[in-house]
Amino acid sequence: MTPPLLRVDGLRIELDSGVPIVEDVSLEVRAGEVLGLVGESGSGKTTTALALLGFARAGVRIDAGAVEVDGEPLTGRGEAAVRALRGRLVSYVAQDPGLALNPALRIESLVGDMVRTHAQSQTGGDVARALASVHLPTDRPFARRYPHELSGGQQQRVAIATALVCAPRLVVLDEPTTGLDVVTQARILEEIDRLRRERGVAVVYVSHDLAVVGSLADRIAVMYAGRIVEEGPAAALLARPRHPYTRGLLGSVPDPGRPRRLESIPGVAVGVGERPEGCSFAPRCLQRTGDRALREMPPLEDVGGGHRVRCFEWALTPPLTLEEPAVPPGVDAEGPLLLVAGLRAEHRGRHDTVVAVRDVSFSIAGGECLAIVGESGSGKTTIARCVVGLHSPTEGSVVLDGTPLQPRAARRPREARRRIQIVFQNPNDSLNPRHRVGDAIARPARVLRDLPQRDAHAEATRLLERVRLPARIAERYPGELSGGERQRVAIARALAAHPDLVVCDEITSALDVSVQAAVLELLAELRVELRLALLFITHDLGVVASIGDRVLVLEDGAVCDDGPVAALLREPEHEYTRRLVESAPRLPRLPEVA
Amino acid sequence: MTDLAAPRAVAPTAGRRRPLLRFVLRRLAAAVATLFAVSILIFLGTEVLPGDAASAVLGRTAAPEQLAEMRAAMGLDRPAYERYLDWLGGVLTGDLGNSAAGYAAGGESPIWEEIRPKIVNSFVLATITALLMIPLALVLGVLSAVRAGRPLDHAVSVSSLAIISLPEFIIGSLLILVFFSWLDVLPPVSLIAPGTSPLAEPKALVLPVLTLLGASLAASIRMVRAGMVEALNAEYVTMARLNGFPERMVVRRYALRNALGPSVQVFAQNVQYLVGGIVVTEYLFNYPGLGKELVDAVAIRDVRAVQVVALLIAAFYILINIVADLLVVLLVPKLRTQA
Amino acid sequence: MNVARLRFVRTPAGLVGTVLLAAVVGIALLGPFFAPYAPDEPVGVPFSGPAEGTPFGTDFLGRDVLSRVLWGGRSVLALAGLATLLAYAGGIAIGLVAGYSRSLLDPVLMRTADVMLSFPALLFLLVLVTGAGTSKAVLVLGVALVQMPLIARIVRTATLEQSVRGFVEAAVARGESTSAILRREILPNIAGPIAADVGLRFTYAIILVASVNFLGLGLQPPAADWALIISENRGGLTLNPYVILVPAALISLLTISVNLVGDAIARSLGISTARRRLVR
Repeated sequence: MTPPLLRVDGLRIELDSGVPIVEDVSLEVRAGEVLGLVGESGSGKTTTALALLGFARAGVRIDAGAVEVDGEPLTGRGEAAVRALRGRLVSYVAQDPGLALNPALRIESLVGDMVRTHAQSQTGGDVARALASVHLPTDRPFARRYPHELSGGQQQRVAIATALVCAPRLVVLDEPTTGLDVVTQARILEEIDRLRRERGVAVVYVSHDLAVVGSLADRIAVMYAGRIVEEGPAAALLARPRHPYTRGLLGSVPDPGRPRRLESIPGVAVGVGERPEGCSFAPRCLQRTGDRALREMPPLEDVGGGHRVRCFEWALTPPLTLEEPAVPPGVDAEGPLLLVAGLRAEHRGRHDTVVAVRDVSFSIAGGECLAIVGESGSGKTTIARCVVGLHSPTEGSVVLDGTPLQPRAARRPREARRRIQIVFQNPNDSLNPRHRVGDAIARPARVLRDLPQRDAHAEATRLLERVRLPARIAERYPGELSGGERQRVAIARALAAHPDLVVCDEITSALDVSVQAAVLELLAELRVELRLALLFITHDLGVVASIGDRVLVLEDGAVCDDGPVAALLREPEHEYTRRLVESAPRLPRLPEVA
Repeated sequence: MTDLAAPRAVAPTAGRRRPLLRFVLRRLAAAVATLFAVSILIFLGTEVLPGDAASAVLGRTAAPEQLAEMRAAMGLDRPAYERYLDWLGGVLTGDLGNSAAGYAAGGESPIWEEIRPKIVNSFVLATITALLMIPLALVLGVLSAVRAGRPLDHAVSVSSLAIISLPEFIIGSLLILVFFSWLDVLPPVSLIAPGTSPLAEPKALVLPVLTLLGASLAASIRMVRAGMVEALNAEYVTMARLNGFPERMVVRRYALRNALGPSVQVFAQNVQYLVGGIVVTEYLFNYPGLGKELVDAVAIRDVRAVQVVALLIAAFYILINIVADLLVVLLVPKLRTQA
Repeated sequence: MNVARLRFVRTPAGLVGTVLLAAVVGIALLGPFFAPYAPDEPVGVPFSGPAEGTPFGTDFLGRDVLSRVLWGGRSVLALAGLATLLAYAGGIAIGLVAGYSRSLLDPVLMRTADVMLSFPALLFLLVLVTGAGTSKAVLVLGVALVQMPLIARIVRTATLEQSVRGFVEAAVARGESTSAILRREILPNIAGPIAADVGLRFTYAIILVASVNFLGLGLQPPAADWALIISENRGGLTLNPYVILVPAALISLLTISVNLVGDAIARSLGISTARRRLVR
């Protein structure tokens, strides 16, 4: 067996104040192998990734442990020595290429800098070869462009080319496809796979997206609260996860090919500095027996076949079974609740006008969930805003229960404003940071239902319970809550008006996978309880599969496909839909729906 | 194989039809418009507000007939818009009118003759200060940023915060106290005989330059430092370090290059600031420049002179802005393709 | 916000600034009660040095320097303070309207602000004095007018930033009135950038008022004003340096402490003031 190219041993990284971020991390990666490092926010995966280059951000330091690449240590040495190794021996591809590329230098300079610093040869040929290797044009005009003149996908390819031009033995990629549309993401993943096959580099691929990692990695390591909780061959780990967190994570991943109910993990992820004495996952663990895990940290145990788990009760972890989505409540027979006909909307800029929505028509019946899916720029958010009255369409009508609505919300009758509510994408923005949570939730009840102060606040408390949040949160400010909690509050606020239709504009796109599953699960239940109709906007086909009854596919502002979710996803007919479905990464070898 | 999502604002050929030329022309047009607006502002401020220039010249005890005569001579008895157009026409054709001081002395004295030498004097003062300020601010600002948190940075930060709070006349007065009262090495007033160049009397220039330098340097240093710190904290600088580039290269090619664009605007602002500070400084040191001329003119309500000097200074102010904008566009590639 | 207001005092700069500011303001406001002589009463030989009864000597008319200095702080504080308040009243109103209305009003207001900003402030004041004469009203209104465009710009930018946030749009979707939205959603969230700027604005108002007084184009003799005192006594620098030194020191302490406090407040709100121009 060849010696490992990357060896990490007992890595411990902490804040300057002594609070640990990453503890007891040991890894091995061989040449030509892809290791997927998986975790959600706060797991420490990015900090670990940076440490593989011997780097720690300001305020953070590598306290203990060793990182070795091809026999060369990257820790415990002076900065100058380590820096000489970076780029040549091990290189890094960052998450956001738009921010990672120097805006003042041309592409040829960016790649050329790498060559000039580490190799002796002159640049011209190397730069062209590097660009060609990632399938970018190699002509002079292209190489003389600045980063902002490239698309996101092209920028990321430049970053990858820069990382590979000096033939490093190890490449660390940190969520390199976040922010790219699904089709571009698929292409970039293909590139990475091809390059590692051709060159035999070892790859560490950091991501929160199990589906992406599952399709690319040979081995997977799952991190939670700064530690590796499970690690092993990708196939074995995904087929039969042993750690309850891994299992919960897998259960949360939406699968675009198969509509199913998502399982969520109860509780909230623990933040840096709040980690308990024993196993960090224990407070949320459903299969915990007794108190041992709360006091003692389980060691990494071998489960067989190179698969290791950090859990006392790993033998109890049941296999993952996937459930059919809950049967949606019967849809209202009498006439559609919302009817949108011939909608056309534009964005007037300083120099030009962009048509965002062309001739879009659809209907939603009471109690039904219509999903609208498309890439960024497809016009789906604009449609949502037109329905709610935040954007005036240039043509077309929005009809609620037979009554046409005014384009602007302020002009609509109060009943119309009450019956249609909206929840936004960004949890940091949906709530006024200066208002307490209880006040925020009570506001629609007071404004749209004329409830007196006391009743409105009582309603707010009831709603908090309904969205599974403790009632005492009503006194807190949004800044004290996590992203998932804030979205639940936003949902509670929408419910305070007793609406018939809730427009959800990418409400889970900014959330961790497990948090997303919990919010989607909540919505599914609320739908049944309250007979809510939903207009669910998303770019993620997997989410559509988990929550929609019918789906509308948007391409460039026009509807190109629509129909029942299950049928459309299993056998997509339209070419664009097919491309979306095929590009969406999905977990391999997941057990069939039970 | 190109990407599915082609970028919107890309093809370099599209906007390349001399974007710089179009940019300059657009800015010039805006500048001319602004200058017009400013001239109206000046006119409104000086002639339309309550307060009578004639009585200011002659004094409050002047007889009504004398006042009427003076008003007629100064052309103050005609409606406002007529006077404005008249004046504007004069300015554009080079006839800047006569100064009230001349009238008071009993004759006509063209303003342009009076202020021409003073323009040169002020220009010399401002230029010397600017030439000292820019390199000093760059060096100290960048050094403070690179060594942020260390002794040099603290010392510079604290002292610059203190100095920018001080009005010029305070800085000047304190300097006079030190270098004249106490040390007696420099003169408290800049006596430059009319007709001689200020460069012939270097001692007369030292204190005014130091005074002007004081607050403008401090402000520039703070802004350059802030820009450099921001650049040093940028993701692309971290990425450069992750790519294994030596620190010197990172600071110079990755951080500094991106901090330069904003620095140009900083210096433009501070040169403009010099223009404001020059008025007080010249008055304090009795330096025969445009600023002192302005104060003297205001004191005797010499409306014509005030208007001319104010317009001149405003034009200069705006010119600096254009030059700065041009330099920034040249230095920041992103703006070039959007221009 | 209450927490932030107190937090800044804990920083060394904030503490020093607050203490100094309290001292100088105390001298300015309470000075007249402690002045041994009236500010315009000659008590000795002009420009005589420190002596019994006149610890800082006399000025060019033989008046007691200490007394004049004790009387001389009120004017600059009152004028600058009033001007700043007016500037904020106008600037916030204009900025809110420009930032929220999304109509033609925005470019019109901002172009006007730009024109005002393309003109050196002191120059504008001098132009005003030429037209309207020297008086307290001109000074206050002039300084207010000069600061208003910058405040309006800051408020407008902050308002624009807030108006696209989710909670504001949620309020719009609820059909709330514009005034309710401005009052409940926008104003509380732009308080931060505004508060971070107050120090600089007030400092600048003081500098402007003092400078105009120094030029002899603001308050007129025999008024007692720190800047005026410096201006009218320049000739006697060698005979009695205290007549310049004391008011200069007090003005310096005032502006430095205001700036320190303002900077500390801004830092405690997480906003850096280095980039803000003092706009001279």
